[in-house]
Amino acid sequence: MSLDTTQAPPETGRGSPARLIHNGRLFALVLATIAGLFALQFVLSDYLVLAVTRILIMAVFAMGYNMLMGYTGLLSLGHAMFFGAGLYAAGLSSYYWGTSLPVSFLIGILASLAFSFVIGLLALRTQGVSFMIVTLMFAQAAYLATLYFSRVTGGDQGLTLPTDARSFSLFGAAMDMTSDTVRFNLALAIFAAVLVAMYFVTQGPLGRLFAAVRENEPRTQMLGFDTYRVRLAAFTISGTISGLAGALYGLVFGYIGSAFAGFHYSIEALLFTLVGGPGTLLGPLLGTAVMTMLIDRLSGITTAYLMIVGVILILVNRWFPKGILGTIRERALPWLK
Amino acid sequence: MDLAPYLLLAGLEGLVQASVLMLTALGLSLVFGVMRVVNVAHGEFFMAGALIAWACGAYIPGPPALGFIAGLLVAPLAVGALAWAADRTILQKIGYNPEGTIVSTIGMLYILQQGALLTFGPDARAVDAPFYYTIRTPWFGYSSYKLFTVAVAFALVAALWLLMRKSKVGLLMRATQFDRETALNFGIPVGKVYSAVFAIGAMMAAVAGVLVVPNQQAHYLMGTDPLLLSFVVVIVGGLGSIPGTIAAAVLIGLSDGLLSVFFSPTLAKIVSTLLVALVLIFKPEGLFTVKGRRA
Amino acid sequence: MAEVTLLETRGLGRSFEALKAVDGVDFKLAEGEIRAIIGPNGAGKSTFVSLLSGRIPPSEGQVIFAGQDVSKLPAHKRVRLGIAYTFQITNIYPSLTVLENVEIAAQSRLKPQLFGGAGEAEIRAAAAEAAAAVGLGDRLETVAGVLAYGHQRLLEVAMGLALKPRLLILDEPTQGLSDSEIANFIEVVRRVNREATVLVIEHNMDVVLALADRITVLERGRLLAEGTPAEITANAAVQAAYLGEPA
Repeated sequence: MSLDTTQAPPETGRGSPARLIHNGRLFALVLATIAGLFALQFVLSDYLVLAVTRILIMAVFAMGYNMLMGYTGLLSLGHAMFFGAGLYAAGLSSYYWGTSLPVSFLIGILASLAFSFVIGLLALRTQGVSFMIVTLMFAQAAYLATLYFSRVTGGDQGLTLPTDARSFSLFGAAMDMTSDTVRFNLALAIFAAVLVAMYFVTQGPLGRLFAAVRENEPRTQMLGFDTYRVRLAAFTISGTISGLAGALYGLVFGYIGSAFAGFHYSIEALLFTLVGGPGTLLGPLLGTAVMTMLIDRLSGITTAYLMIVGVILILVNRWFPKGILGTIRERALPWLK
Repeated sequence: MDLAPYLLLAGLEGLVQASVLMLTALGLSLVFGVMRVVNVAHGEFFMAGALIAWACGAYIPGPPALGFIAGLLVAPLAVGALAWAADRTILQKIGYNPEGTIVSTIGMLYILQQGALLTFGPDARAVDAPFYYTIRTPWFGYSSYKLFTVAVAFALVAALWLLMRKSKVGLLMRATQFDRETALNFGIPVGKVYSAVFAIGAMMAAVAGVLVVPNQQAHYLMGTDPLLLSFVVVIVGGLGSIPGTIAAAVLIGLSDGLLSVFFSPTLAKIVSTLLVALVLIFKPEGLFTVKGRRA
Repeated sequence: MAEVTLLETRGLGRSFEALKAVDGVDFKLAEGEIRAIIGPNGAGKSTFVSLLSGRIPPSEGQVIFAGQDVSKLPAHKRVRLGIAYTFQITNIYPSLTVLENVEIAAQSRLKPQLFGGAGEAEIRAAAAEAAAAVGLGDRLETVAGVLAYGHQRLLEVAMGLALKPRLLILDEPTQGLSDSEIANFIEVVRRVNREATVLVIEHNMDVVLALADRITVLERGRLLAEGTPAEITANAAVQAAYLGEPA
């Protein structure tokens, strides 16, 4: 049987790097992407550097979403609740308690970890269409809660973080969130850390179990795995990364508001992942970049620019359900996972 | 303070809301029951019906009643045709795969909502009621139009019931719902039945939109609430069960009317969305169906 | 040599509505044997092994494995105790490669918890070894879904092997295989038997007679007869049960 998926024989991995890195080409691509992004700040205009900063943070959100949707095969319609959890936990602690930026960031991550674990415990008792509706409803309740408690959260109007809450010192150097360069590099550093962490999770033993659950859950059970716990792990990691993105967004841009927890943000995570390629490491970044630029352009032309979201969702779903990188993987580069 | 007038008013308001909700939710329930499709764009069909009713009222000269009647005819036909086309060109082409279907109907939601923004602008549009007779009670006057809505809604539900139970079309629908494969083997044009069901479901939402618009202004973002409440009704009543849907619509419409007199509407919505999630998790067959048997 | 009982059931039963698919079965399986379960269609064979593996909970009775009552344990925990099950209908990960398929099973044994356990290299080597043991060593990078049917069945067995189970349950493993594939399959099962007890549901009497140390006959959910192949072929009740049934 001749099949062109027969690539190099499996690395038996005796040397130390090969023991950790099983998909060397993908890892090289990850490093090259990070280096390329770093170089952008020297060639792009200030406006575009700011746009890329936002893209990087939203890409972290989409990467979190992809962990669940792409790698584990569970389609959530409510990930804005985790983005919002991180955003509010970080932003509110900074606003009311005056915690320093790193501490607020950590609070945001921990809050979304706890929140996604609890929601996962409940939502994962359902499957398929029910799972989608349950996540949608929980997210809607969370969004409405941010409006209901508007005395604390600022509701629709939101809250702007005070200027003195927007800088911190890192090893003696002042990090000021009103500086475009600092924001860009901070966002890039965290994006890079999440991307590398995602590489090790998805290409390692845990990622193997996620794929196993996605491809055939009953069989995975009969191989000795408690698949509910596997799904819960995927859900919690996914929610936590999404919350991390939310915390970063709130702190970097100094503003928190209900809209970030709304339906549209859940759909953005889905859209970015779907366009870039579900179940590919770099798909979310690509999808976020393409869609953000497109929406940005259109918003200059018409007020109804969000129509493009609907059009793309339908088109991709009909003709490119594997997204850009997923299609490339299928046609040419099987290691692009 | 005497509580009776408040309760009567809240009860009447609840009844009006329940009847509109019943129409909208039955559309969603029918589509899910027969096609196993969760139509996230359902609220936008409602919104489209409302805006078309406004356009009929605004551009057709003569008394408001004329525009209203035109809206009652044009809105469901236009929205039904749109839904029929959407089923043919989108849902059918992806084979009604559950996840793809939800993602596609979310796409439709954006297209319809933004299309409405593009066509009608961001302003809320008020529509005159076709008639203004006020019914007197000892404490307050009540709009006869609102009671008319209740009557129309119940009449339409009765018509749907007759269609499903007594007509050949209804028989085809029920056969398809019961077992798609067998229906195909018996030569039932399942594809056409699906398109018809999707269109009828959308038409019910559109009619509800027409009925509601003299009481509530038409606006491109107005589809969210009816979608959410329909979800609540359909899931609490048991997915795909028509009697359960009717019971849940009346219960939720009434209690929502009563609750929003005493509590914040946001709080009421939080409670109802959580209720949907918890019912799906712990009692997925709905609250009104006996386990293992679907009414 | 004293026989050690590996698996035992006591009054094991399972009803679906009014139908008793498995009805009060007392059954013992000795460590190291190859046991075949035969019986006419609808005799409850598949339900019986599903009760052993934990895919379906029993309505009554007990399953005791290696001296431990496992009746209440979910399937995945029984797998960890050493009961591996291969499905009647081919049940693999069609979009993953052969190696990746077997790696999932190998990981279950070598790295049962999220933290600790074997490294990737060890998992990979164990998976490659299990694949080679069934003759799929030269197809490690092939996507499982495009394998020929017979090879997919072998992949199922490789996944069972990678678990290094104490008991391997095979549910109609030779269904749909060609004669040469069946001959190869019998060899594979004999090799497996050096390390594991094998319980096989099988319709093909040639396979049963070639492999089984003992045979258990089920009929209408009840245990009809049990014995060596010679005893069973001579048993009048078994012949009656099979009368008119293609065996």
